[in-house]
Amino acid sequence: MTAARTGTAAVEAVGIHKSFGPTHALRGIDLALEPGRCLGLVGRNGAGKSTLVSILSGLLAADAGGVRFGGEPAPPAGAVHAWRERIATVHQHSMVVPDLTVAENVFLGRLRQRRGAPGWRPVAWRAVRAEARRTLADWGLDIDADAPCRGLTVEQRQLVEIARAVASGSRCLLLDEPTAALEHDAVGRLFERVRQLTASGVAVLYISHHLEEVFEICDEVAVLRDGSLVLSAPAGELSRERLVAAMVGPVPVREIDERLSQLDLSGARAEEAATAGHLLEVRDLAAESPHGALHEVSLQVAAGEQVGVVGLISSGVVTLGRIVAGADRADAGAVLLAGRALKNGRRDAALRAGVGYIPEDRRAEGFVGLLSIAENVTMTVADRLARAGRGVLAPRALERAAAPLAGALSVAAASLKQPVAELSGGNQQKVTVARALIRDPKLVVAVTPTRGVDVASKELLLGALRAAAERGAGVLLATDDLDDIEHCDRVVVLVRGRVAARFRRAGGSGAPFDREALIAATEGLDAPQPREQAQPHPREQPQGPDELDREDGRA
Amino acid sequence: MSETKSEHRADSASGAAAIPGDRGGPANSNDPGGPSGPGGLFARIGARTAQRSPAAVSWFRQAALLPVLVVILVVGALQSSAFFTVNNLVSGVGQQVSALGVTVVGESLILLIGGMDLSLESTYGLAPMIAAWLIVPKLAFGSGAMLSPYLGILILLAIGAAVGLVNGLLIVKVRLNGFIVTLGMTVLLAGVQNGVVHGQSPYELPSAFSYLGNAFVGQVPVSLLVAGAIFVLTGVFLRYHRVGRSIYAIGGNPEAARAAGIKVDRVKIGVYVAGSVFAALGGLMEAGKVSSVTVQQGYQEGIIFTVFAAAVIGGVSLRGGRGGMVGAASGVILLGLVQNVIDLAQVSNYWQLAISGTVILFALALARVVGGEASAD
Repeated sequence: MTAARTGTAAVEAVGIHKSFGPTHALRGIDLALEPGRCLGLVGRNGAGKSTLVSILSGLLAADAGGVRFGGEPAPPAGAVHAWRERIATVHQHSMVVPDLTVAENVFLGRLRQRRGAPGWRPVAWRAVRAEARRTLADWGLDIDADAPCRGLTVEQRQLVEIARAVASGSRCLLLDEPTAALEHDAVGRLFERVRQLTASGVAVLYISHHLEEVFEICDEVAVLRDGSLVLSAPAGELSRERLVAAMVGPVPVREIDERLSQLDLSGARAEEAATAGHLLEVRDLAAESPHGALHEVSLQVAAGEQVGVVGLISSGVVTLGRIVAGADRADAGAVLLAGRALKNGRRDAALRAGVGYIPEDRRAEGFVGLLSIAENVTMTVADRLARAGRGVLAPRALERAAAPLAGALSVAAASLKQPVAELSGGNQQKVTVARALIRDPKLVVAVTPTRGVDVASKELLLGALRAAAERGAGVLLATDDLDDIEHCDRVVVLVRGRVAARFRRAGGSGAPFDREALIAATEGLDAPQPREQAQPHPREQPQGPDELDREDGRA
Repeated sequence: MSETKSEHRADSASGAAAIPGDRGGPANSNDPGGPSGPGGLFARIGARTAQRSPAAVSWFRQAALLPVLVVILVVGALQSSAFFTVNNLVSGVGQQVSALGVTVVGESLILLIGGMDLSLESTYGLAPMIAAWLIVPKLAFGSGAMLSPYLGILILLAIGAAVGLVNGLLIVKVRLNGFIVTLGMTVLLAGVQNGVVHGQSPYELPSAFSYLGNAFVGQVPVSLLVAGAIFVLTGVFLRYHRVGRSIYAIGGNPEAARAAGIKVDRVKIGVYVAGSVFAALGGLMEAGKVSSVTVQQGYQEGIIFTVFAAAVIGGVSLRGGRGGMVGAASGVILLGLVQNVIDLAQVSNYWQLAISGTVILFALALARVVGGEASAD
């Protein structure tokens, strides 16, 4: 049936523009996906991938341009069933309903009905089950159609979603970060399925952060950067270096030997030699977590040192930060502060031991919106203030205690009595930071502290962490934003919950870290590998780090 | 990195523009005051409350019932010459609302941490029942143990604490749903209350046991003094004590409280214990007032609805983190006055419930209008 369409793109984006307020998310995207081919779509966070996926799957309407399926214009926005018949998406996070059976999930939203009066057309259960069984068998999926999805593994749930996609009759499949939650062996099996699908004429758009997967499975690769398609080429003709360069963008050429000097090729060994006397020691930490799993992660932070832990958002950086702060439990391993083990998963104990915590999700964990700035800032020192006030926490005493730090961080508010819910996002973040710093912690754990704040606030927040380090505190900065680690002394890169690379800050006037090597490491180009080989390869690369970034910081 | 670069530029432009404005005051300082037209008045009231400092807002919200109280006082005075007397308002209404009031303090604390406890009404009946059963003679439907009344009061408080502890552990540690746990508990406790005395009502309570409920200092009931003291002390505790403040933090955002190092679980369990102890104490007042513990006391009277109504009318949010003792007290006083007016007006017994219900709904709506969006939710 696809033979008739050969030569015509299964799905085609024509001149797509999309803006969200002042943000120009997509600037004229032309993209064609041929039947039976697998196209890899890559780009850094914010490049426009999600917007493009939403438009291709009919969830968002483009401002200009359009989508065509097999040469015909796409259904109108909102015609969900018509879109589903043409293109199906398998999302990064499972979209199966756990309490329904496999068969019901495969035909979710389009269960076959018997004939009957309008308004009363009972579900034809026998036909639904038989059809689901046939679809599963056709694709060699060994899943019981009558089993509830709750009992399925992550991999099996994904297969149910793929079965749903093919059962809807669509000949286009969008796979959005399909391997993010899969174990290593399951990734290989998924690739088998993808090859099976393309062999049968299905067009697959494969979105991934893991570039090595793209090279393995995709026929072509398209790179999005800043809302534009900057590169589109057969995978076989692309080098990794060229791909990374396209993702990162044009930057001034730099001296190669200088860049080499920035790489800490002996990082792991140097650390092992100097374990004694570290402020923070994380030993063989392992955990399962919705924020990303961890496997045997070890690192140290010295007093006065700022250590960045970077990685993609599901790589485990957030989990690591939360466990060190005591906000989550580890399944194995230990967190030692000044040689003493912290109680696992006990935030209150960690606070008293001297760990300040700037959580990832401010709204969820950073502050109590109904309460005043003063009260939020002093929340971590309420025990000390109460002792000083002989058991009484007077509102004025709270304000006096909060004022210096709120002033230093220039929290903009009518007064310290103002409820935090009324502040702007940046000011709320400052309150969260002040709350962490007011106890004068020995160690500050900051998880993505600059997300969603403007550039001025960003500098201020990073400056506050640097100031804490200068006072002798250790700083553990867990983030997915490479701009955050500019002040760090060392950087540990996590990929899929394992340490993939370690970098040490370069001396001299150049950029502190080689961004390209960092990006390559976080995108999994050199990982996961055993730690002995875990250094990023100092390959010949045409470009160096972006120096303009620091100019922007000053502006 | 042209991508990040352009983001920075856009950000710094908007950031530079935003900062001076930010320093000028709160985001809503130049809010024109809501739209005009139908509903404009209410919107304007809401906007105005939003501009007050939090302390002023909370006083404003808590005082939202004052106009209603004034209306009821006027209606009561017009209705009956006996209404506006010390004998009626202080001795009568005062004694009547004390037991309810102490229980409302308990429920308010639990609501403030974002919980709810339906079993307070059964604790209110069971704790004095067991205590009375242990201290009165067999002829007065006691167990025959004839314990000292003081020991009886200790047992009563201990029963309250034990019920609260079990509720707290089941809800906080076992992570069961608070509504269902306390629903099951309230039925269980009411069953025990009935079963232990085979449906009889122990009487002849020793004076030490009934003192709290029926003694007077001059014309002022002791129960009113004690209830008033509990309201004031709890209010001060909530406002000035570290644990009191952490109750608001937990109710407002439990995850933020946990991240700030507050021992969320411990405080929550403590609040469930305190709430049940207050309910037991309220039950002791009620028992003393009528000199007996009836099987109906608590669960079968359905007092939990009045308890919730008083707290919520008084501005204690069912979603946690909002409200205080001034509001809770005014809710209790309001419901007490309404009952008193209905009694004095000699309304037919058959219609009393309907009138109470109407008044509760009316008071809720009025509190919402006067107190703005956030009240009475």
